[in-house]
Amino acid sequence: MDLKRTPLYDTHRALGAKMVEFGGWEMPVQYQGILDEHRAVRNAAGLFDIDHMGQVRVTGDDALKFLNHLLTANFSDMEINSAKYAVMCYADGTCVDDTFVYRLDNEWMVVVNAGNRDKDNAWIKAQATGFDIELKDVSAEFYMLAFQGPKAEAVLQKLGTFNVADLQYRHAREFSLNGERGIIARTGYTGEDGFELFVPNSQGKHVWDAILDAGKDDGVLPIGLGARDSLRFEAKFALYGHEIDANTTPIEAALGWACDLNKNFVGRDVLLKQKLEGTTKKLVGFEMLERGIARAGYEIASNGNVVGVVTSGMPAPTLEKNIGLGYVPPELAKVGTEFDIIIRGKPTKARVVKTPFYANRARGK
Amino acid sequence: MSSGKEISYPNDVKYAASHEWVKVDGDTAIVGISDYAQDALGDIVFVELPTVGMELKAGDAFGVVESVKAASDVYMPIGGAIAATNDALKDAPETVNSDAFGAGWLLKVFPYNAADLDKLMDAATYKSKIESGEIH
Repeated sequence: MDLKRTPLYDTHRALGAKMVEFGGWEMPVQYQGILDEHRAVRNAAGLFDIDHMGQVRVTGDDALKFLNHLLTANFSDMEINSAKYAVMCYADGTCVDDTFVYRLDNEWMVVVNAGNRDKDNAWIKAQATGFDIELKDVSAEFYMLAFQGPKAEAVLQKLGTFNVADLQYRHAREFSLNGERGIIARTGYTGEDGFELFVPNSQGKHVWDAILDAGKDDGVLPIGLGARDSLRFEAKFALYGHEIDANTTPIEAALGWACDLNKNFVGRDVLLKQKLEGTTKKLVGFEMLERGIARAGYEIASNGNVVGVVTSGMPAPTLEKNIGLGYVPPELAKVGTEFDIIIRGKPTKARVVKTPFYANRARGK
Repeated sequence: MSSGKEISYPNDVKYAASHEWVKVDGDTAIVGISDYAQDALGDIVFVELPTVGMELKAGDAFGVVESVKAASDVYMPIGGAIAATNDALKDAPETVNSDAFGAGWLLKVFPYNAADLDKLMDAATYKSKIESGEIH
């Protein structure tokens, strides 16, 4: 399969990026190193090319009704120019994908994961029967960037194009660049304060260069997928293909907070049943007690029996601990419970800890 | 580590296609991973090495080098008995990034099977195979 490239491909190469395959795209995994990039986002700010993510526009009289049917969250009370996280479930409650939904003036935008774009588009279309809506994949209209970290606001303010000083967390506003419309939102997936930008497609490189230039004395770095993963992992944000997939439900994945079980939506009955009766597996965070790093796919064992599986694991750069996320039976999910991670055949002790591993200092502005 | 840095291929070691190097020091062979390998792995955070005294053949996996993202097996470029392992890497695994051919060594092998040396590459061959994409 030919890998897709974002228009900034050459820019990444010139910045020294190592490129890897991700969800059908050839993307930068790192520039100067995952640890440096991770710390830059926690301590200064970092710029991410996330143009591989998909955006679907929903318009029409039934747009709100449709999204309430399609997704787990309730959008009825959402303000215009705000954003909300939601999961898209199959009828059996397992996950098609996780999404961010933006309510704009007279339109809605659903942001989906790169590797799921085709599948999601087909699924969304199939659920639309009977709703008076129009669906359009607008991924090509916008260049999607993320700019995250405690210094992101100050660096953006230098540019003049974006007025974000009074932009609230999980809120969005439009801007104009070169006569074209863009959207900037105070959202992100790193656990830091920061922004996601939907830049007019023709202006992607211009904005990328301008932000890096404006931030060069503030320690701003370009950030690859490696640190994007370690950042979201420390903040315990789910990653499709790891914590959630077509074999797990949002309730099992501890995403109940993103599900409004008082409204009807695809998959709701199963989720409600799980909420009331419990699940056979639960997502937990754990910390290694012995030397060793848990990795996605490693088995979790208790008293010599395999009881679960690791979904994400790595050394957490901010915490300087080896931690992981994984599924275990509910009786092993309590904080303080010990079990073994099977690392290359060797049972290695781990203990359930409170999550998120890393709680942001500046969120909720 | 820095991706922009020139990869070094010193001439005083021999290379395996799986990116380990061997340096002969009298009766002992010293083993590590190449600069190319450490650069490709990125920030190294964990190194697992075998027990001293183990006897391994060329091509046997002897341990694991882990970066933030992934765990990679490392293989014996030369057969023999593990005479020493680099204990300093327990607390400072990043030494493999900063000095892959020096302080970042992984093993000492004694005695070693000298015949295995003939199957390894010199620096020029190793470098050209990497640059042509024949090994990666």
